[in-house]
Amino acid sequence: MELNAHIPSGPIEHAWEKARFEMKLVNPANKRRHAIIVVGSGLAGASAAASLGELGYHVACFCFQDSPRRAHSIAAQGGINAAKNYQNDGDSVYRLFYDTVKGGDFRAREGNVFRLAQISLEIIDQCVAQGVPFAREYGGALTNRSFGGAQVSRTFYARGQTGQQLLLGAYQALERQVLAGQVDMYPRTEMLDLIVIDGKARGIVARNLVTGEVNCHLADAVVLATGGYGNVYYLSTNAKGSNATAIWRAHKRGALFANPCFTQIHPTCIPVSGDYQSKLTLMSESLRNDGRIWVPLRKGDKRPPDQIPEIERDYYLERRYPSFGNLVPRDVASRNAKQVCDEGRGVGETGLGVYLDFADAIQRLSEHVIAERYSNLFEMYERITGENPYRTPMRIYPAIHYTMGGLWVDYRLMSNVPGLFVLGEANFSDHGANRLGASALMQGLSDGYFIIPYTIGNYIASNKLDGIPDSHPEVRGVEASVAQYVEKLLSIRGKRSVDSFHRQLGKLVWDYCGMSRTASGLERAIGEIRELREEYWRDVKVLGSAADLNQSLEKACRVADFFELAELMCIDALHRNESCGGHFREEYQTEDGEALRDDKHFSYVAAWGFNGAGNAPELVKEPLEFHYVHPSQRSYK
Amino acid sequence: MRLILNVWRQKGPREPGRFVRYEVNNADREMSMLECLDVLNEQLIEKDEEPVAFEHDCREGICGACGFMINGVPHGPQRATTVCQLTMRHFKDGDELTLEPWRAAAFSLIKDLIVDRRALDRIVASGGYISVATGNAPEANSIPVAKELADRAMDAAACIGCGACVAACPNAAAALFTGAKISHLGFLPQGQAERDIRALRMITQMNLEDFGSCTNIGECTAACPKEIALDVIGRMNRDYLVATARHRNDVITTIRPYTDWSTGSRP
Repeated sequence: MELNAHIPSGPIEHAWEKARFEMKLVNPANKRRHAIIVVGSGLAGASAAASLGELGYHVACFCFQDSPRRAHSIAAQGGINAAKNYQNDGDSVYRLFYDTVKGGDFRAREGNVFRLAQISLEIIDQCVAQGVPFAREYGGALTNRSFGGAQVSRTFYARGQTGQQLLLGAYQALERQVLAGQVDMYPRTEMLDLIVIDGKARGIVARNLVTGEVNCHLADAVVLATGGYGNVYYLSTNAKGSNATAIWRAHKRGALFANPCFTQIHPTCIPVSGDYQSKLTLMSESLRNDGRIWVPLRKGDKRPPDQIPEIERDYYLERRYPSFGNLVPRDVASRNAKQVCDEGRGVGETGLGVYLDFADAIQRLSEHVIAERYSNLFEMYERITGENPYRTPMRIYPAIHYTMGGLWVDYRLMSNVPGLFVLGEANFSDHGANRLGASALMQGLSDGYFIIPYTIGNYIASNKLDGIPDSHPEVRGVEASVAQYVEKLLSIRGKRSVDSFHRQLGKLVWDYCGMSRTASGLERAIGEIRELREEYWRDVKVLGSAADLNQSLEKACRVADFFELAELMCIDALHRNESCGGHFREEYQTEDGEALRDDKHFSYVAAWGFNGAGNAPELVKEPLEFHYVHPSQRSYK
Repeated sequence: MRLILNVWRQKGPREPGRFVRYEVNNADREMSMLECLDVLNEQLIEKDEEPVAFEHDCREGICGACGFMINGVPHGPQRATTVCQLTMRHFKDGDELTLEPWRAAAFSLIKDLIVDRRALDRIVASGGYISVATGNAPEANSIPVAKELADRAMDAAACIGCGACVAACPNAAAALFTGAKISHLGFLPQGQAERDIRALRMITQMNLEDFGSCTNIGECTAACPKEIALDVIGRMNRDYLVATARHRNDVITTIRPYTDWSTGSRP
């Protein structure tokens, strides 16, 4: 299979403009005749559904939560990047582009990233006009802060609740279209399969989570904006419901899955406290602007932090990376934390933690200023741990947070299945092997507000899409297979709960395909995941029925897909014989322990095709070309 | 630690419900209330009993999905804390907790601790936004917003839509929720053009739903996990009063409340 990314030729600065001009338009009067399905209502999904509704398309939007406002974008804390250069500190579209390509360790497409940097400007304008209450200076202008991996202040924020405020903006725009009759909203409805007819995506089969009904929904194009797959690991900063089912079912229907092993470990999360732990809580990366990270110099030093004198502390990030210090990118910060903990210098009960200390910042700026910047984060930390971070340093440890991999899409955000578009974290496109802080919100909104409205119109205008009746044999077939699948899970009636399997799977993937990976570990993981998956289908216990609200059944469907995806992640990690960004293979590192890329052999996107569960997937490569930012060894020293 | 949980169990809206007494012997002080329910559910599954259905998602206090009454108080005894962040260290060994769903006519029960809160979405759909289509926006810094106003808008915008205010109110009113959105947008210069019509529409929709009327009791603000202040209700009433004087003959579009789940938002 040949992959065509449809990247426009010519100078990168004009590529998006050129692409937009070349795209066909749908006559305004015809738009209402076209139906579009949007699955997911986070930043990408809600902004897409609202914008497409505004254009006049008929949109059906689906989410599994009880309201579109609950999508997990809401939990993003730190901010959103934009190359406005309001701070006069040397930022530009080109610099944001450069930082993102470099931060992604040269595994992202230049064309996509440049467009993202350009669109970042419009996003801020749009959100401000919607009433997003971004932080302001006294003069009324927008203010910015710096964020991990950047040396300019380009991050816009609304206290520690930026994701919430941006999502509410998109959600409100979506609700406005619901009132206008342009969008039909289907909450508590979960996509369980994709309908492909004559090679084109034409609809979905979804289960109503209240009544249990399994129904088809048909359209001219399908947009998946269903987020990432971090919950493969069981413990992650994702919401409990976040899942990979929509993208995985699309993968099984032919969509390629790109770079599944590129997962991001966030350096600043609250450490695990016990076996009952159900999720990990993120502490915004913005804390690294003022907090200093350290561990005791001596192994096994169990003294409380205030009794460890300055001279016996190791501010290891400042020591190793004098120019970026505590603001190194996420992958670097996480790996270093693991390293010092592996050396036996970790803090807290479990030894899996490092200090994030605000004492110096409080002395320099006053407690009031620190409270103004981070009070809600400090309160959250205190609520969870019972410790006051104004007095005692926070304890933090890395946790799975984001997945750069996802369904393969071209420059128009369309997968290799015509008519299937994938937005936001669900696609693989813009962050390469590592995402910079405050860039996920930017990508979600860029895809939804400013890219899909153009590219989906081009698809609809260029293809003859005949109406599909509900009675079409393919539609009936997929619907029946989903109902059968659900019944099968209920009929196993084994001994172990879904959660117990999920925990075990998560631990396997974390141990072997987490912060660092080895060939032998990955081989072992693949075998163990297969065995566990077989056991799952023999021994999982799902009580209740399919005919009403059944949360165990919802989880059972999601975990079944996590098993297959986990295996693909390990296969991808095993094949990529290099270290880059979040993918760190112990065999491939520099003398001082940094990731060692192999551009000669691995400068490509690894897009995997499904060949049946348990069978070797097909690898299709999309070579990456760098004409503007030349690959170099990343250095933050 | 050991806890006794009296949990409301109800299979569906038309089935009778009742409290069932459960013991959790292996609770931990560091656990959240929801993790405690996870542990209970694993116990129930072990015994072939259907687990307790409860709403949850982000488990970090921001998505607004979770929430139930603990001993008659929405989200339990800790101020400014949702049940997902309420750790068991606030309870004592041997404590008995009564867990029941939000009780309000506008929130019909779905199962166990889960209720239907779509009435809140309909209030937002009726006018809780600034009508600016994608692409319509001027340069962001061309609209200066005084810091004090931006901060106050943010205070009101912090609402997570969990419904605790409605559950806390003896009248089951949605005044704090609606007032918070009206205030958030009303503080900002961008929100002025639609200020009147927004208040008229949102309040008309609110009145159409099964919410009660606000009698300024203030339980809502005490129960609010984001501590939305009571003055948002005053601002809402003021906007409404001014708007009714200015727009006496306007026709207000409303959404007919629906309870079905299979037809989406099109009743």
